[in-house]
Amino acid sequence: MVLSPADKSNVQAAWAKVGGNAGEYGAEALERMFLSFPTTKTYFPHFDLAHGSAQVKGHGKKVGDALTKAVGSLDDLAGALSALSDLHAHKLRVDPVNFKLLSHCLLVTLASHNPAEFTPAIHASLDKFLATVSTVLTSKYR
Amino acid sequence: MVHFTTEEKSAITSLWAKVNVEVAGGEILGRLLVVYPWTQRFFDSFGNLSSETAIMGNPKVKAHGKQVLNSFGNAVKHMDDLKGTFSHLSELHCDRLHVDPENFKLLGNVLVCVLALKFGKEFTPPVQAADQKVVAGVAAALAHKYH
Repeated sequence: MVLSPADKSNVQAAWAKVGGNAGEYGAEALERMFLSFPTTKTYFPHFDLAHGSAQVKGHGKKVGDALTKAVGSLDDLAGALSALSDLHAHKLRVDPVNFKLLSHCLLVTLASHNPAEFTPAIHASLDKFLATVSTVLTSKYR
Repeated sequence: MVHFTTEEKSAITSLWAKVNVEVAGGEILGRLLVVYPWTQRFFDSFGNLSSETAIMGNPKVKAHGKQVLNSFGNAVKHMDDLKGTFSHLSELHCDRLHVDPENFKLLGNVLVCVLALKFGKEFTPPVQAADQKVVAGVAAALAHKYH
């Protein structure tokens, strides 16, 4: 799966609308994921997962910032996410199925906040982008 | 079997009452065909699916989307017996339509995205969680009679 020039442009346009809210959206996506897909909580036994948790906010910011970096490096996602890829492969070892769950919740978050930037074409490009990020993050698993 | 709490049922039915099934159905099916183009394999007879504009404007996509969403509406009315409610449709999707049940999960997630789009802030994390249970329940019910 390759991101076309149109996909890249769609993703950049959608993320520009996110503005400085990437961290907030990251936290919201995590909250949505923990509620909708409770098995994902097994990776965070050390977290307070209640609504408004400072730990979830902090982690959401990490996720949001990483995605912002990815959006700025669409021509070399493997390079930009290499350190995170190592982390997920060797330390975190999150089962690959969970990346789809978080990706879906990120889409839901974006759709609910910026409906105008969630046309079918942009929806498709964002889905492809998140799938590509997920592939990069699991690429060194074995 | 999926169990819904009173709160979940209430969240689901009150949101569903505000859905324009006529319009949303086409939107949801259209987006499935745009975002996951391989799903077009089931719709050779639908005519022009060559672009996002063609798909979203295609009258057969709109009509079939409405039919699919009406069926979902039926699920919302029978949340305590999804397998029974979808028994016949499950046989149909296996024996006649030959649809891989993975597609039901894809459609369910597109439906959730469209609800988020339409309801914005009202589509809170707990409301989403309740709706994820319904779409997962419908997907499982539709796959139940496969052999």
